[in-house]
Amino acid sequence: MSYLNELYQQIILDHNKTPKNFREMEDANRKAEGYNPLCGDKVTIYLKIEAGTIKDISFQGSGCAISTASASLMTEILKGKTESETKDLFDAFHGLVTGETVESDPIEKLGKLAALQGVSEFPVRVKCATLVWHTLQAALQEKQQPVSTE
Amino acid sequence: MSVNSGFSDIDVQQVRQDFPILKEKIYDKPLVYLDNAATSQKPQVVIEAISRYYLRENSNVHRGVHLLSQQATEEYENARIKMQRFINASDSKEIIFVRGATEAINLVASSYGGKCVGEGDEIVISAMEHHSNIVPWQILCEEKGAKLRIIPMNDRGELLLEEYEKLLNSKTRLVAVVHVSNSLGTINPVEKIIELAHQNNTPVLLDGAQAAPHIKLDVQELDCDFYAISSHKVYGPTGIGVLYGKAELLESMPPYQAGGDMISSVTFEETLYNALPFKFEAGTPNIAGVIGLGAAIEYVNCIGLDRIAARESKLLAYASEKISVIPGLKPIGTAREKAGVLAFVMDGIHAHDIGTILDQEGIAIRTGHHCSQPVMDYFDVPATARASFSFYNTREEADILVRGLQKVQEVFS
Repeated sequence: MSYLNELYQQIILDHNKTPKNFREMEDANRKAEGYNPLCGDKVTIYLKIEAGTIKDISFQGSGCAISTASASLMTEILKGKTESETKDLFDAFHGLVTGETVESDPIEKLGKLAALQGVSEFPVRVKCATLVWHTLQAALQEKQQPVSTE
Repeated sequence: MSVNSGFSDIDVQQVRQDFPILKEKIYDKPLVYLDNAATSQKPQVVIEAISRYYLRENSNVHRGVHLLSQQATEEYENARIKMQRFINASDSKEIIFVRGATEAINLVASSYGGKCVGEGDEIVISAMEHHSNIVPWQILCEEKGAKLRIIPMNDRGELLLEEYEKLLNSKTRLVAVVHVSNSLGTINPVEKIIELAHQNNTPVLLDGAQAAPHIKLDVQELDCDFYAISSHKVYGPTGIGVLYGKAELLESMPPYQAGGDMISSVTFEETLYNALPFKFEAGTPNIAGVIGLGAAIEYVNCIGLDRIAARESKLLAYASEKISVIPGLKPIGTAREKAGVLAFVMDGIHAHDIGTILDQEGIAIRTGHHCSQPVMDYFDVPATARASFSFYNTREEADILVRGLQKVQEVFS
């Protein structure tokens, strides 16, 4: 498979076209905004956290296929996860898309998120994949300032 | 090479030989460089001029009695005269070397603005400015309690002159407008803009970063008061540019930065400033950059700006027609007067994804907001894809772009 096909896998294209959990959440108890000034991507993350566990998560915004699919896949996988499990997943995901860590079986560790491994061949696109995760982190830490990739 | 003032077509295969980088391969594919509005490629003569300076002439200017310093000074000042002739300024002292168009605008905002703009005054800019012709004025207005007024545009990306006329009043201290828009390609009717401003006794600054490589300039005929140019968009090196200013205005303005070369005498009690242009050139300048820019101007003169403009206009028309058949593609910026910029969006496909897929085909375009976020907001798009043409581009390259865009559609189908 070429690097390009690796990047734009069917699962990525599907999540871009019909993203999951793409909605505002009125009863969210955490919320944060993220922005990538380089390409104009904007994302808002909504969280409902109860006893340290993500009960519900959703997002809204506009962005490229990589950032939209990354947000969609992230919201799918994080439902029901604790904050510490979330942190572990972010670390593993970050290692995957930057190519810094090479998992022998990324699917086992990251599930569907492993589909974003192709990003590691496109260094300028890493921020597209990680923007939503940085925004999530800001929501968890209840930061008021919008997150910027720059 | 000889100066060519005729309208014969440029021999594109011949001129492509002048640009070594055009032979490069990107992912084993020939480079198709369509990002000329971001920066143009450099001809061999420019690369050699810079290299020759460092190899054989390197020394400081305006200082030494030794031969190398004299040679460097002569080449540096020759470049100023070349630039004077390039834009037909009346005197070479009206040519100030700066870091680029951005610094040229900042110089005027800081020096002219610092002196002539006060509380309640107004600065007029347009809806299609690059951030470099917005932010310096915002900072100035905030400092001074002045107001920024914006000339609106229509959906084609053309300024509304009747609205502009209404903005001019006794409080207007400066009109600062882009000559050619980097994000839309619009060539603005600067003659009319200047005429109306001057009827109001208001000076005009033109941001010519995109215009200088496409349009034969005559600052005296235009009668603009300031003109900003970036070397790297006119086939010269980065990190150097020019502020043209009418001598009487520049004379009346305080220095922008202070240091060596901008003084005629210094004591701890008093400093006398140097004459133009040196008053605005504090410190050791970018000598290699200036020499490279001089070589670039000579090169452009040899090709001829009339022929460059004619060729780029044909290329733009060809490429615009070719991409118009791609379903779901919408051009952004359809002014009747345009330079070689083709900006567009595609249904359901973000510009960044377009850029990545084209890159894999060896095609370099710009994607994003092009440092013109208010333009993106006006057209209600987060970003656009922009192909920008130079005279060394070919119809075949436009065809490769179209095939690349068809591939983008296949990936996202």
